Amino acid sequence: MSALLELSDVVRVYGSPPVTALAGVNLAVATGEFVAVVGASGSGKSTLLNIIGTLDRPTSGRLSIDGVDTIDLTDAELSALRARRLGFVFQQFHLREGTSARDNVAEGLLYTGMPRRERLALALTALRRVGLEHRVTHLPHQLSGGERQRVAIARAVVGDPPLLLADEPTGNLDSRSGNAVVELLHELNAAGTTIVVITHDVQLAGQLPRQVRLSDGRVVSDSSRKVAS
Amino acid sequence: MTRPQRAAPFIPSRIRAGDLLRLGSAGLVAKPARAVLSALGVAIGVAAMVAVLGISASSQARLDAQLDALGTNLFSATSAPPVTGPPVPLPPNASERAGRLPGIEQSAAVGTVAAVGVYRNALVDPGRTGGLTVTAADLTLIDVVAGTMRTGHWLDQATSRFPATVLGTAAAQRLGVSAPGGLVRIGDQNVLVIGILDPVPLAPELDYAALIGMPVAQTMYGFDGSPTRLYLRIEETSIRAVRPLIAPAVQPGTPAAVAVTRPSDALAAVDAVDETLTGMLVGLGSIALLVGAVGVANTMIISVIERRREIGLRRALGATRGHIRLQFLIEALVLSALGGAAGAVIGSLATAGVALASGWPVVVPLVVVVVGVASTLAVGAIAGLYPAIRAARTPPNTALSS
Ligand SMILES: Nc1ncnc2c1ncn2[C@@H]1O[C@H](COP(=O)(O)OP(=O)(O)O)[C@@H](O)[C@H]1O
Ligand SMILES: [Mg+2]
Repeated sequence: MSALLELSDVVRVYGSPPVTALAGVNLAVATGEFVAVVGASGSGKSTLLNIIGTLDRPTSGRLSIDGVDTIDLTDAELSALRARRLGFVFQQFHLREGTSARDNVAEGLLYTGMPRRERLALALTALRRVGLEHRVTHLPHQLSGGERQRVAIARAVVGDPPLLLADEPTGNLDSRSGNAVVELLHELNAAGTTIVVITHDVQLAGQLPRQVRLSDGRVVSDSSRKVAS
Repeated sequence: MTRPQRAAPFIPSRIRAGDLLRLGSAGLVAKPARAVLSALGVAIGVAAMVAVLGISASSQARLDAQLDALGTNLFSATSAPPVTGPPVPLPPNASERAGRLPGIEQSAAVGTVAAVGVYRNALVDPGRTGGLTVTAADLTLIDVVAGTMRTGHWLDQATSRFPATVLGTAAAQRLGVSAPGGLVRIGDQNVLVIGILDPVPLAPELDYAALIGMPVAQTMYGFDGSPTRLYLRIEETSIRAVRPLIAPAVQPGTPAAVAVTRPSDALAAVDAVDETLTGMLVGLGSIALLVGAVGVANTMIISVIERRREIGLRRALGATRGHIRLQFLIEALVLSALGGAAGAVIGSLATAGVALASGWPVVVPLVVVVVGVASTLAVGAIAGLYPAIRAARTPPNTALSS
């Protein structure tokens, strides 16, 4: 299997006085994997996800995504990479208030230049995929937390990116909604999307085939428990 | 470990113009009250500009229409006060002399009948002339000065030989005459009022005159026949050539003793005064626009600060810095266009109101629309530039940091 994601010796030092958030991370994720990143608060999980998602640049080290070495890319090229190859799910959903679920999902394709009509059609498909075909015209405040997060997931996958990144996607949800979201992520993974998820949720992490544990900006354990499939 | 190649050809991030416009307005729709308030300054500025220019253009249009109706080819010749010695009166045949010049269409003479006053009746003290004059007039006068009768009739061959008078509008008012048929006292005679003139814009001195025929002036009041003023209509195309010939034709010996003026110049000069006022008001409008720009900029900066998360999200979705910059620039432009449109409507309504109330034609000239649109866009662009640049600088990882 080819590596979809490859980090070598990634270091990220913030500001002055310098704070080392990542102290040389090596990590390879193959296409089709579902990886949990776990670790104590402040261990560098979010920093790692920002760098994987090209929302932040490493201080040193290399990162390649989907066969593209990202280190020399311009800011606009990174934007293009995010527009077509990466999907993001955030703890706070980040939906646009006053805009329907469908329009929110369609924004996932906004920066591909696709005509609105096509975006809305694909948004409908994505909402169906996350089980929200009955919530298409609902506004975010009319949805439950779990539903909102599923809208956010639909937005992340509407363009069918090879890699989906999620930072504490169940962090703001009760356990039932959280389980539904986890189940949905499993379905997406089964359908071929590679997923890297940061989680505090021991139960969620325990279900996943691979756990990467961070501590003080280093990978301290990487348990690849192969599951038969 | 395979060494990844640099970029298989990238399909760059792209956003459709329509989507950008939608985004730019969506930000405003989300906070309508704030949008309205911050667009207010621009609205007031544009309204002031449009109203000032529109009202001035409407008043100019009225003046043009008036000058058009009255004609700008009327000239007036009087005896000029000489540097030394007594004034040289115009010769009795001045009108004929001038009329013989090529390009003179019509001429008429009037002469003030010296030492004769006009009064309501015989009981009034002859010293109290009330600023009115008794003026002997050629029959052609009314046509030459484009005068119109408010009521009654102008002098004719018959009435110019009898004690009959046509009163100027101010004279009629002062003498308490509102209709023909009554008598006024001119000198020591009762004289029949046969008509009252409308105001004569090109010859306002006639408004204060009691006009009588030349023959009766000479026979009854001892008028010496020397006109005090000539009115001349000159063919439009000959004006330039003929004007300098008038004085020598009237007074061949002392042309300097004749002053030739163009009464329509005085009317047009009213406009020059207007222009100063217009300039001042345009200045005030510009200041309002500046204040409006500051308002828009302020709103945009607040909006950028409040929407850091949204910007971070958009960067995560693939927006380039340029896309973010454009989104906020468009938002500022839409905001100021909103104000501009409202201002243009308010300004046009104000123009229409003032013009209709004054009986002028309503004119909102194209230049006003151009100025309005241009200043609106300029305000939006200038006010939006800094906030947009600031928005684009928001780091992409802002969405993730909670
Ligand atoms: N923007 C930043 N500026 C300075 N320090 C930061 C910044 N972001 C994170 N850090 C620091 O880097 C370390 C790792 O943070 P983070 O990646 O958010 O950890 P986690 O997500 O595991 O809680 C922490 O010590 C944090 O204080
Ligand atoms: Mg974190």
